[in-house]
Amino acid sequence: MSINTNALPDPVEEATDSLEPRDVPDPAVAIALAPPIPKINLFKRLLKNPMGLFAMSLLAIIVLTAVLAPLLAPADPNLASLQNVRVDPGTKGFLLGTDGAGRDVWARLLTAGRFSLAGALLAVVVAAAIGIVGGLIAGYYGGWFDNLSSWVVSLIMALPGIVILLAARAVVGPGLWTSMAIFGVLLSPAFFRLTYTAVSGVRNELYVDAARVAGLSDASIIGKHILTVVRAPVIIQSAQVFSIAVAIQSGLDFLGLGDLAIPTWGGMLNDGFQNIYLKAILILWPSLAIGLTAIGSVLLANAMRDELERSGQPVKRRAKKGETGIEREEIITHPEPITGKELGEVLLVVDNVSIGYHQSDGSIKHVVDDVNLTVRRGEVHGLIGESGSGKTQTAFSVMQLLPQGGEVTGGSITFEGEQIAQATEAQMMKLRGTKIAYIPQEPMSNLDPSFTIGSQLTEPIMLGQKLSKAEAKAKAIALLTRVGIPNPERTYAAYPHQVSGGMAQRVLIAGAVSMEPDLLIADEPTTALDVTVQAEVLDLLRELQAEYNMGMILVTHNFGVVADLCDRVSVMRNGRIVETGNAASIFADPRHEYTRMLFDAILDETSVREDYTRTASGAVAEGSQK
Amino acid sequence: MGSFIARRLISGAVLLVVITTLAFLLLYAGGGDIARKIMGDQATQEAVAQKARELGLNRPVLSQYSDWLRHAVQGDLGVSWFNGQQVTRAVTTRLSVTLSLVIGAITVAALLAILLGVTAALRRGWADRVIQVGAVIAQAIPNFLVALFLVLVFAINLKLFRATGYVQPATNIGRWINSITLPVAALCIGSTASVTQQIRGSVIDALRQDYVRTLRARGLSFRRTIFKHVLRNAGGPALAVLAVQFVGMLGGAVIIEQVFAIPGLGQISVLATQQGDIPLVMGLVLVMAVIVVIVNLAIDLIQGWLNPKVRLR
Repeated sequence: MSINTNALPDPVEEATDSLEPRDVPDPAVAIALAPPIPKINLFKRLLKNPMGLFAMSLLAIIVLTAVLAPLLAPADPNLASLQNVRVDPGTKGFLLGTDGAGRDVWARLLTAGRFSLAGALLAVVVAAAIGIVGGLIAGYYGGWFDNLSSWVVSLIMALPGIVILLAARAVVGPGLWTSMAIFGVLLSPAFFRLTYTAVSGVRNELYVDAARVAGLSDASIIGKHILTVVRAPVIIQSAQVFSIAVAIQSGLDFLGLGDLAIPTWGGMLNDGFQNIYLKAILILWPSLAIGLTAIGSVLLANAMRDELERSGQPVKRRAKKGETGIEREEIITHPEPITGKELGEVLLVVDNVSIGYHQSDGSIKHVVDDVNLTVRRGEVHGLIGESGSGKTQTAFSVMQLLPQGGEVTGGSITFEGEQIAQATEAQMMKLRGTKIAYIPQEPMSNLDPSFTIGSQLTEPIMLGQKLSKAEAKAKAIALLTRVGIPNPERTYAAYPHQVSGGMAQRVLIAGAVSMEPDLLIADEPTTALDVTVQAEVLDLLRELQAEYNMGMILVTHNFGVVADLCDRVSVMRNGRIVETGNAASIFADPRHEYTRMLFDAILDETSVREDYTRTASGAVAEGSQK
Repeated sequence: MGSFIARRLISGAVLLVVITTLAFLLLYAGGGDIARKIMGDQATQEAVAQKARELGLNRPVLSQYSDWLRHAVQGDLGVSWFNGQQVTRAVTTRLSVTLSLVIGAITVAALLAILLGVTAALRRGWADRVIQVGAVIAQAIPNFLVALFLVLVFAINLKLFRATGYVQPATNIGRWINSITLPVAALCIGSTASVTQQIRGSVIDALRQDYVRTLRARGLSFRRTIFKHVLRNAGGPALAVLAVQFVGMLGGAVIIEQVFAIPGLGQISVLATQQGDIPLVMGLVLVMAVIVVIVNLAIDLIQGWLNPKVRLR
């Protein structure tokens, strides 16, 4: 670790762009902020964590020997003896030998621990006191103090800490306690930022508002609701800061800038360094003491963070995925109507596909089971169900783009006559984009923020169709015009954050159809958009689908969308298809209670009603009137 | 873009003025009787007063400061109280030595960190675990301990490198590399560890982004998305850490130069501190602050190039 305040592993800083360090909370804070904070005894859990136990034992031994130094030390640590200079370790009466001035190394090591540790502790206490109080005031009250303190923090961070310490030493002379107190001030931003982030995070939480309305004073709100939030991160940060303080304290003394009357590990290192050619082993003992203390406290901090993160995890996981005790029931299949739209050849057959995720305990958790789908050229197959029903997973499995840990565990996927469930990455690359294309749900997060829209559109075209840059650009502009972007040249040169969500979704649609795919997979393509834009985007999708005569899988939770576009519908629940068939027959006669429930939902959902009434002359009207 | 640079330059200049003002006030007003310190306890009262007049110490601190600032702007940082050397000259001759150490170390750290961080993020499993534990420990060990270890093993026992001293690159490029290898290694280990952890985290984060899946769905190879899109997006946060590490290394170099007896800014800082050579300390603070301002400006410009949101703001 380099010795200075700036190199402090500041979680806030590291987690994010330096220019907006306050937007992203410290992971530890974020965990502490997760609403149901499980009551855990951190100390007990650390004893069970191997790294935590090791680090705590190590630190306990170091601290104990330092505390008990007067009892353990065999001799006066400052007693120099010219007869016994640089005696070997193990010599009778000198456990670890003597140093360059004939002082007992073991006695010095023990006594130095007291000063080195106490000095570091002083720095941590000063840093924590200033940082926490400043952070609380700035975060809770804001205003001018907020601006001033963040300015002071950046001022402190601007110079290497050791340079400031050297300058201070030039003025006030050597002194362990003064220099460590000054260093504490220099380290205070570490605590300031942590507290500030946490406090500004909870300040506007409902329960804090409620407490304020209930008439609690600011002091008791801070004490009750806010300090509990920062407690864990502050303990972790203290351990980190302690290791830095030990290092810098030793560094100063190693440079010979400390108080020579006080034995410290750094001072011993200085003595050893001067005798490096005569007795190199003198370096070993203080190095071990400094190194083990620093490593011990950093490992402890890491173990604490791990334990806190682990206690946050189960809550998250339960909230994310529903119960998937997949129950088997008969799939309700509607008979094919005798007449219908002219359809082309079969493009995709998903046959009894199951999808599972590898768990950390080695088991596989199934999220999709025995799913069957067929898509013909020119056909729009709606996959409908609520979130967590496995419809998006099914769509990803066709492209082999399941999130990490997920895989197709059974069944087969046939695309244009070829088996692709077990296809290699190279084979899939030839299909993706050119044969099978994808339109995502959330337009903004699906465009790379660092590249212009134009470069993101042309990059795959140039690679996939071996076009020159100019040809690809001409094609991209034509596509942007086709999808209804009013000023395609400007959008081409723009970055994703400069266009609206609706525009971004049009860009993604342009990208998806850019290589005239046979199959288009649209994953909730309108869910993230404004109601008015939804209708336009659906129109565009319908037009493009007809124009290119594509097969299409439309993933949605909205029967209004299904009514608008789909020829065929499969209803998914808990990873299984419960009802499937021609869209008109399902609308006419929804048999499964879950289908009926989804169907009823559109009548309540005001955001869809426009869609629904607009297409009321179509299948929906027919279906619902019966 | 122009106003972005202008704003950065102004805030850098403000920072410099504030730092030098604070440093000057503390150094000149906080240290008690400076002339007495220089002349020693034996000197007569008259001699001390004479010295104080000579150095202008009897004048109000603010007028001393305005003099200093006026000269500093013209590149004159005064004269050392102890050996009469021009501070500007003393500092600039040593600047290149320290910068060659720090720039060397930051380059090595950045390259190693990209390699290790990306490996850890993509491979996961045992490689990830080894790299992570290694990074935690490497970050915890003070760099002067690393330096002492390197001296003992590679210079004293194996005699592969010189233990001390510095050779100008103009004199002999091979011996220059030989003389800075161990110091650079000692300086870069902690930073490598920090930046590796940052890059690992950013890459894992970027891999989870929706646009990575969408780009792959359009036919880009996994490797291409990593090296073009994921690394580009992970670059901003990593660069921010690198900037912090650079400032840290300037401090770390103070101790490392002492271990290897390298005549850089660090060595002269320790000497000036021990002697209480205030003009020299003042000059050093200024030079460090200027380096920090320049580095931050450079990083901001690269950030702007990497991140269009920053550039266009």
